[in-house]
Amino acid sequence: MKILVIAEHDNLSLKPATLSAVTAALAIGQPVDVLVAGAACASVASAAAAVVGVSRVLVADHPAHAAQLAESIAALVADIGTQYTHILAAATTTGKNLLPRVAALLDVAQISDIIAVKSADTFVRPIYAGNALATVQSEDPVKVISVRATAFAEAASAGNAATVESLNIVKEQALSAFVGQQLSTSERPELTAASVVISGGRGMQSGENFVLIEKVADKLGAAIGASRAAVDAGFVPNDMQVGQTGKIVAPELYIAVGISGAIQHLAGMKDSKVIVAINKDAEAPIFQVADYGLVDDLFKVLPELAEKL
Amino acid sequence: MKILVAVKRVVDANVKVRVKADNSGVDLTNAKMAINPFCEIAVEEAIRLKEKGQAEEVIVVSIGDKACHEQIRTALALGADRGIHVDTEDGLQPLAVAKLLHAIVQREAIGLVLVGKQSIDTDNNQVAQMLAALAGMPQGTFACGVEVQDGKLKVVREIDGGEQTVLLSLPAVVSTDLRLNEPRYASLPNIMKAKKKPIDTLTPADLGVSVASRLRTLSVEPPPERSAGIKVASVDELIHRLKTEAKVI
Repeated sequence: MKILVIAEHDNLSLKPATLSAVTAALAIGQPVDVLVAGAACASVASAAAAVVGVSRVLVADHPAHAAQLAESIAALVADIGTQYTHILAAATTTGKNLLPRVAALLDVAQISDIIAVKSADTFVRPIYAGNALATVQSEDPVKVISVRATAFAEAASAGNAATVESLNIVKEQALSAFVGQQLSTSERPELTAASVVISGGRGMQSGENFVLIEKVADKLGAAIGASRAAVDAGFVPNDMQVGQTGKIVAPELYIAVGISGAIQHLAGMKDSKVIVAINKDAEAPIFQVADYGLVDDLFKVLPELAEKL
Repeated sequence: MKILVAVKRVVDANVKVRVKADNSGVDLTNAKMAINPFCEIAVEEAIRLKEKGQAEEVIVVSIGDKACHEQIRTALALGADRGIHVDTEDGLQPLAVAKLLHAIVQREAIGLVLVGKQSIDTDNNQVAQMLAALAGMPQGTFACGVEVQDGKLKVVREIDGGEQTVLLSLPAVVSTDLRLNEPRYASLPNIMKAKKKPIDTLTPADLGVSVASRLRTLSVEPPPERSAGIKVASVDELIHRLKTEAKVI
């Protein structure tokens, strides 16, 4: 057994989702190597070497890897991938973009979004928006797996000193070029890592009204999410969407405001420890999964919550 | 440029499926079926590119048993020019689907492939990336903006932190996200016209593709049920219970 975890990073810091992927890798077996492919990414390599359970960090540091485009990174991973029994990455948009390309280059299946490791070849993954859990077994020589980060605890990020080796493989390609990105900046905790999340839905009626949610979030130190309806209506940007095809969250406390509870939204938050629903429609399906439901007008409830918390 | 759009027949997005008693899968008996919502967005985008004069032909393909003719007809009614049905059993793995699509891409000299980013049944999110790898093409996944620019394709992608823009050489593979467009409805005259549009039927053998898989589903179980909790009467009661009972604030 030999496992490779692909680090997710922005050339400066290691993303916490990688720590969950390491935990999933350790549940499969050892040794666990971590690949850091980027440009001027030495700080990420050091961070990866400190993660408990990691045996070796491979650093492919090259200007061609600056934007970590799937076309070149997948070729790199496939090149070293045959030395491994398992290749894992977190099921973030980065991992989802990269891993299937790796799997196809290796002519193996990919197992998406696992939530449990049964054995070295058997895994559990949600299907139908989490309304069913499939246990799947792979006979592929290399198992390519994306990991649902909320289903695995983060490996300790300090206390290890894995060896760091540089990897002089560059698969430059002329197929795609990075043009730019517009990243949301927020002082709030990251949606997928926050212990409290408060989300607004169509009931918010406008983007401006999200200020009511922000005031409550400020009191709770919460991240802010949204339902697909709120994103589709243009109230808030896409990176706030919680659901089957958006972000999967599992905080200690999830507060759903003006969200009816469509199947695809529930898929993104129903593993939260405590769920609160605030909705004026007593029949809204969100109440079927809520631990605490408050049937009332959100425009009255949110200011009161902000004041009393 | 010829555009290939793949559409998958899936259970309607509003149906809450139940796991079969023998844990062999989910029960879809008499369930309402539809084009996967992301695939519908891909069809719409292809038609818009054709309407803008950036594509000459839109070919729609669906892979599965005969029932998926219904979804091909829907796409034809929306404006696709002709259909291809790859006649196989249902439930092929994404790698097999990507291999079949790759064979069609080669046969038809396709300039752009548009597919949904994921199907709402198996939730894999793999086919576009796999097809791009097999065909040696660039990929623009989770697209919320697609524009042909000087013989290249500018794709805006929805990513975890916001949006990213990439420039792809053509031919390319694009997977569509929710905000790319709002699909139109088929008009009655177009539904009638679609009945006369051709649909070719091919088998994996015709395309020279083996659809065997080394991935098996051992069982399908229902998720742990979350039971409904209680209704609280006021904000005060809610805060009190979150503090003293749930202890989460």
